[in-house]
Amino acid sequence: MLTSKCLKGVNVGYPLGIVARDIKVLETEFNSEFVLRIIPKLDWDTLWNAADSIGHSGDLPRTLSDDYENDVEFLKKVHHVLLEVEVINGELVCPESGRKFSISKGIPNMLLNEDEL
Amino acid sequence: MACIKLKNLEQYLQEVDVFENPKVQLEQYATMPHIGARMLHTIQSSFGDIDGKLVADLGCGCGTLSVGAAILGAGLCIGFDIDADALSVFHSNISEFELSNVDAVQCDVAKCLPSRWKKQFDTVIMNPPFGTKNNHGIDMKFLQAALDLATTSVYSLHKTSTREHILAKAAEWGVGAHVLAELRFDLPASYRFHKKLSVDIEVDFVRFWFKPSVKK
Repeated sequence: MLTSKCLKGVNVGYPLGIVARDIKVLETEFNSEFVLRIIPKLDWDTLWNAADSIGHSGDLPRTLSDDYENDVEFLKKVHHVLLEVEVINGELVCPESGRKFSISKGIPNMLLNEDEL
Repeated sequence: MACIKLKNLEQYLQEVDVFENPKVQLEQYATMPHIGARMLHTIQSSFGDIDGKLVADLGCGCGTLSVGAAILGAGLCIGFDIDADALSVFHSNISEFELSNVDAVQCDVAKCLPSRWKKQFDTVIMNPPFGTKNNHGIDMKFLQAALDLATTSVYSLHKTSTREHILAKAAEWGVGAHVLAELRFDLPASYRFHKKLSVDIEVDFVRFWFKPSVKK
């Protein structure tokens, strides 16, 4: 799920690049209230670029409009890209160090070795 | 999917697979369905802290609490755990239940949760390691991490014997803390060093919240 990728960074290494080998698109119940509360927490550019990099930006607008709260169609698109597109297998790549974090079964492995702490 | 009955929730949680080979050094033991269901039901019915919320489950293990939170209508619940084996069971549980509002991240909760997650979650739920196996203090590290992530409240289990310490720490950090229930953990002898068939340990179910509470 892209949420993790949008919110997360390795200290300064942000945003993480995404290498997607296997993507699953599923259907989940749309909850507009939840999406509305998530949007302010997102870095919109990062989300857009992340979605675009795995070919799922669709017709998601590049910038947030001022009155997105009332735009149900838009909220549904955000819901889709956040909660319905899942990278099953792939990697997250730190933009600074190039360190790769593998994603398997949809679970990113963010563990670092002792010497990387 | 509003508030389902406690009994039904407990039945669902009984279907959640748990550790095949629990690891002593990680103090892995599953949250019993009986206890997990009661915790989650209270969190939702008394405080409304699950339905539609962004929830984190620290040290999620095989995911009993995450699955329960998802069933109770969490907008999204993200489980964090260090152990790949546990997360693999976690993954099969969420597929089994066909839950799409659950996700997991493998990382070391006690050491480094990515700073961008800070204050991004509404609620944190956890059944943390108690710090009794050469990992003294890990329960407090989990609690600190949980308080870093949450904006509303944290629900956690702690050994009753550490209650004074926990409440004192909470006061020191300026967060509210209240023991919601005193539970009895009937730990079946999951490890070889357990000499008896099962051990009862006393555990507090504690709610932490932020003062002054700006949000409800």
